[in-house]
Amino acid sequence: MPETRTAATGTRTAAVRGSAPSRPAAATKRQPSPARRLIVVAVLVAVAATCFLSLFVKGSFEFAIERRLILLGAITVAAFAQGVGTVVFQTVTHNRILTPSLMGFDAVYTLMQTLMVFVFGGSVLATTDGLPKLLTQTLLMVAFTTLLFRWLFSGPTGSLHVLLLAGVVLGIAFQSLSVFLQRLLSPADYDVLSTRLFGRLSTVEATHLPLAFAVCAVCAVVLWRRRHRLDVLLLGRDTARGLGLDHRRELTTALIVVAVLVSFSTALVGPMTFFGFTAALLAYQFAGTHQHAFVLPMAFLLGLLTLLTGQFVMEHVLYASGMLTVVIEFLGGAVFLTHLLRRGSL
Amino acid sequence: MIEFHDLVKSYGDHTVLGPVSGRIERGGVTSLIGPNGAGKSTLLTLLGRLTDPTSGTVTLDGVDVHKAPSAEVARKLAILRQENHFTARVTVRELVAFGRFPHSRGRLTSEDLGHVDRALDFLDLTALSGRYLDQLSGGQRQRAYVAMVLAQDTDYVLLDEPLNNLDIKHGVRMMERLRAAADDLGKTVVLIVHDINIAAGYSDRVMALRDGKVEAHGTPEELMEPETLSGIFDTPVRVHVVDGRPLAVHHR
Repeated sequence: MPETRTAATGTRTAAVRGSAPSRPAAATKRQPSPARRLIVVAVLVAVAATCFLSLFVKGSFEFAIERRLILLGAITVAAFAQGVGTVVFQTVTHNRILTPSLMGFDAVYTLMQTLMVFVFGGSVLATTDGLPKLLTQTLLMVAFTTLLFRWLFSGPTGSLHVLLLAGVVLGIAFQSLSVFLQRLLSPADYDVLSTRLFGRLSTVEATHLPLAFAVCAVCAVVLWRRRHRLDVLLLGRDTARGLGLDHRRELTTALIVVAVLVSFSTALVGPMTFFGFTAALLAYQFAGTHQHAFVLPMAFLLGLLTLLTGQFVMEHVLYASGMLTVVIEFLGGAVFLTHLLRRGSL
Repeated sequence: MIEFHDLVKSYGDHTVLGPVSGRIERGGVTSLIGPNGAGKSTLLTLLGRLTDPTSGTVTLDGVDVHKAPSAEVARKLAILRQENHFTARVTVRELVAFGRFPHSRGRLTSEDLGHVDRALDFLDLTALSGRYLDQLSGGQRQRAYVAMVLAQDTDYVLLDEPLNNLDIKHGVRMMERLRAAADDLGKTVVLIVHDINIAAGYSDRVMALRDGKVEAHGTPEELMEPETLSGIFDTPVRVHVVDGRPLAVHHR
C-alpha cells in the first residue's frame, strides 16, 4: 500500500525540531504541541456540550436537561467507539481509507434487523428493544468478526489483505441478502425497518448507557496500555516484528477491541459508515503527531465536537433533530470522496 | 554466533531456499552475495526471524530465534528489510527513537536518548533530525533506517541492501561506518550487497548463494577467484589485482 501523504497536511508547514516520541512538547511558536492542541479541542468540546445542554430550553428545564444528557451520553459513546475504533483499525491495517464497517459490521447489523422484520413483522423491532437484544446483537457481530479473524489467520496464507477482502465480500453478500429480503417486505414493515438502518442517536435508552460507558472504559484502558505498541504497529509488520513486537497477538487484540467497540456502537445507535472515517481523518490532521497517546483522544474529542455541533445546529437552526446521522453520513461521504480524489490513488 | 541448520523455506511446492546449513561467527562483517532470486533476502529474514522457516532451525548464541520471545531477540538482533513503507508521517529523530522500543517499550529514558543521538551522529543525520521522512532523498531515508537499526544497540545487525539508493560517496561511507560498527563497537554485521567488489573490500567473510543453496563461504580472497565467481553469477568474471586487492571485472 502506498504511504499516506495527505493524512497530515496540517502539520506540513513547520517541522518540529528535537522532539522525540516521549517528549513531543518541544515545539516552535508556529506549531502548538500535541498536548496543547488536545486542551484546545477539549475546551471547545466543553463549550459545545454546555451550549448543547443549556441553550434554547423551552418548558421544563429539568426535563430538557435529562433528555439532553441521555443524548449527550449516546453521542459520547458513538464518538468514542467510531473515532477510536477507526484510528486503531487504520493503524493495524496500514491504510487510512479503510473503516471498520468494511469488515462487514454494518452488513451483519442490517441483515439481523431485516431478518427479524422479515420473520416476525415490523412491530417486533419496537417490542423486543432492550438490553438482551443489544447484547445479543453485539455478541453476534463480535463473534462473526472474531471467527473471521481466526479462520483467516490460522490458514497458511493468513494475511490481512485476505481478511479484508473476505470481510468486504461477506459484507456485500449479507447486504445483497438484506436487500432481497427487504424487497419481499410489506411497505409498512419496510418503513419501520428503514428508520433502524440509519444511526438513531436520539432514541437511545438511558438504561443502556451505563453498560455502554463501561464497555468504552474497558476498551480505553486496553488501548491506553498499548499506545506505544500501536505506534510501533504503524511501522508495518516486519519492522514491528524486528523491534520485538508479537505482531499477530497485537493485531488480533486490536481487531477484537475494534470489533467490540464498533459492534456495540452499531447495536446501540445504528450503523455509521463515514463518521468514524471523518473523525480519524480530522484527528490525523490536528493531532500534530503520529503518537496514539494523542491521536486517539483527539479522534474521540473531534468526533464528539462534530456530533455535538451537528446536533445543536440541526435541532435549533434547522429544526430537524432526527436527521443528524443522515447528514453526518452525507458530509462524511463527501469528505471521503474528496480525500480519495486528492490522493489520486488508494 | 548465528547458526542455521537444514533451513528450508518453500511456498507450496516451490522451494526458494535450502536446505542450507552454516554459521556466522561473532564479530566482523559478513556479506551475502549472489544473483537475483538466489535466496539472499529469504535467508536474511529467516535469520532475523521475520519469516518462519518451513523446516530447520536458527540459533543465536544457542537460543532458537523462532521460539524465543520476540522482544528478547530484539535486544540481541536488529534487522532492516529492503522495503519500508510507513503509514504515519514521522521525523528522522522519531524514527530512530523507535529503535529503542525493545529496551524502553516506548518510554524513553535519558540513556535511550543518548543512543538516539549517537546513532544520528554516526550516520551524519543530526542536522536532518527534525525533517519528516517524506522530505528526504532516498539516500538520506536509507541512512535514517540504518540509524534506527543501530540505535537498537544489538550485538547482531542484519541489513538487506543498505546501499540501496546510495551514491558512490554515501555507499562508501556507509560501508566504512558498518566496518567501524564491527571494529569499534564489536557488532556482528550481516548484510546483502550486490557489488562484489564492495563486498570483498569491506567484509571479513563472504557467503555466496545460488539457487537457494550456499555455494561458497569464506574470506574475500578465497571467493575472489574467476571460476568461483563465474559459477555463482553464471557470467564470465575476470579477477585482477589492483592496489594489492582482488578486483572482479564482469563487464568491458
